[in-house]
Amino acid sequence: MAQVAGARWRRWASLYIPLGVFVIVTLFPFYYMAVTAVRPDREMYIPWNRPNFSPFWTLQPTLEHLQLLFTETLFARWLFNTLTIATLSTAIALFCGLLAAYALARLRFPGGGALGTGIFVTYLVPQTLLFLPLGDVIRTFHLSDTPWALIFTYPTFLIPFCTWLMMGYFRTIPKELEECAQIDGATRIQAMVRIVFPVAMPGILSAGIFAFTLSWNEFIYALVFLSSATTKTVPVGVVSELVRGDTFFWGPLMAGALLGSVPVAFIYSFFVEQYVSAMTGAVKG
Amino acid sequence: MPPQDFGAAAKTAPSALAVPRVVGRLRSASASERREWLLAFCLLLPALTMLAVFVAYPFLRGIWLSLTDTVIGREGDFVGINNFIKLWNDSIFRRAAQNTFVYTGAATVLKLALGMLVALMLNNLIGFKRFLRASMLLPWIVPTVLSTLAWKWMFDPTFSIVNWMFYHLGFIHVRIDWLGGPVVAMWSVILVNVWRGTPFFAITLLAGLQTISPDVHEAAAIDGANAWQRFWRVTWPLLMPVTMVVVLFSVIQTFADFQLVYILTGGGPANSTHLFATYAYQLGVATAKLGEGAAASIAMFPILFLVVLFQLWYIRRGGAGKGGV
Repeated sequence: MAQVAGARWRRWASLYIPLGVFVIVTLFPFYYMAVTAVRPDREMYIPWNRPNFSPFWTLQPTLEHLQLLFTETLFARWLFNTLTIATLSTAIALFCGLLAAYALARLRFPGGGALGTGIFVTYLVPQTLLFLPLGDVIRTFHLSDTPWALIFTYPTFLIPFCTWLMMGYFRTIPKELEECAQIDGATRIQAMVRIVFPVAMPGILSAGIFAFTLSWNEFIYALVFLSSATTKTVPVGVVSELVRGDTFFWGPLMAGALLGSVPVAFIYSFFVEQYVSAMTGAVKG
Repeated sequence: MPPQDFGAAAKTAPSALAVPRVVGRLRSASASERREWLLAFCLLLPALTMLAVFVAYPFLRGIWLSLTDTVIGREGDFVGINNFIKLWNDSIFRRAAQNTFVYTGAATVLKLALGMLVALMLNNLIGFKRFLRASMLLPWIVPTVLSTLAWKWMFDPTFSIVNWMFYHLGFIHVRIDWLGGPVVAMWSVILVNVWRGTPFFAITLLAGLQTISPDVHEAAAIDGANAWQRFWRVTWPLLMPVTMVVVLFSVIQTFADFQLVYILTGGGPANSTHLFATYAYQLGVATAKLGEGAAASIAMFPILFLVVLFQLWYIRRGGAGKGGV
């Protein structure tokens, strides 16, 4: 009996309490973001060492910051921009990645292995290595300050990712499936489009969700390639329009941060499993 | 989960002999083989075009820019390696380089240690696993810039809730300006990076842990190994391939990071917290010196290249093939 009690105590000390602390620290910034978003200004700017500093809740929640966001900034426009850019660049990346992955996983052709390695290496190229010359290229094509600057450049980090994810997926689909279709008179392309792609739908979904999130979250390209307030995406708009010099409008800033996070969190909550598999799949050796 | 294998292609990667071999095979191919090659070429064309125009060309252009004195709006002249010499003698750049190494090293070690700890705890947990896994990934999926803004607000010198909490917990007696001093600001940035990156480590390592059969641990326990020995002698080696891939991936991301520093400190106070990327931004965008900025970001390349080479070597050696998430 004593031993059981001891084991339970140890389980609390070594498992439940540390995990609980970890989860609280992990989620606290989001909670604080949410509280700040509805906290009235007169309550917000009380120095932390005053006795009436009440950090964890507010007794007079207000929607004034949200209202300001939609009436005095172009937040709705930024949401629309981000959504359009993320959707289109995901579509381009899925199209290119799917075809390339099929070729690399299924077809035998000289140089295929080298190409696979090449695409893997581009997957590892960070955006910060290329943003200056890429900005120059964008200027050359006269795409600066248009959504196309991002719709065409986001696929550069999405395509390698989608290709690798789909290659792995295609390898799990038995070759016999297509061979049967071809015996029944389908061409190779028909077999690919009608048989393999539908079977690979869960993989395509994972890749799509992940690519969409990556585009939604991208920052440095959007910061460098876009300049006018009407073309900005949510992360850039919030940062550049709600900070004036050294003045941070914390209420609207946090309201904007919250609203900008909700769509990805919402999508994510429906597809956690796909998301985790895409994530662990993407780094897997 | 689709079993992934980055190794497969890497293992057949090109050697010096590849080109003559390819040419030889092109000559001796049958009609059906050629049809297959044509199809492969057509399928690869869209992806390769995008990557050539928006990755390969900008990369070459970046190298060229770094060798010129281009400013935005005016084509520059070739100046050789002057930009790099200038950077080498620039104390801010040196500080940025040093910061980047400290940032990458400290953040990666902390993320690995914490992530491993959390993964081990989650692996021992019976209920709530899915809920915990889902909720702790939030920092990873939410736009980094937006969650970093929340941290900036939490670190605010006057209204800091972190100060309030630490004060009431008895950790501090005076106000700390978390982003105000060069050293403390750097560590605050590292803290936020660890906060954001640990879930990724934890979830991936957990996926690796779940592939290790409990029998292995039981056998070791029967042989008299204690928990500590079981971790170092059994779990750690079996988890090595996954760990390696996650660490290298994270090193690349952290080394090339921009957003955290841009939001939290903007490279300040007094240019003391710049990383390669933020300093490149300051040079190339804020002061429009495109040539110098390109040089500062190209300066990251040798290190990144070594990390990628190491990763390819590790995969090809077969290290990553065995573990499998």
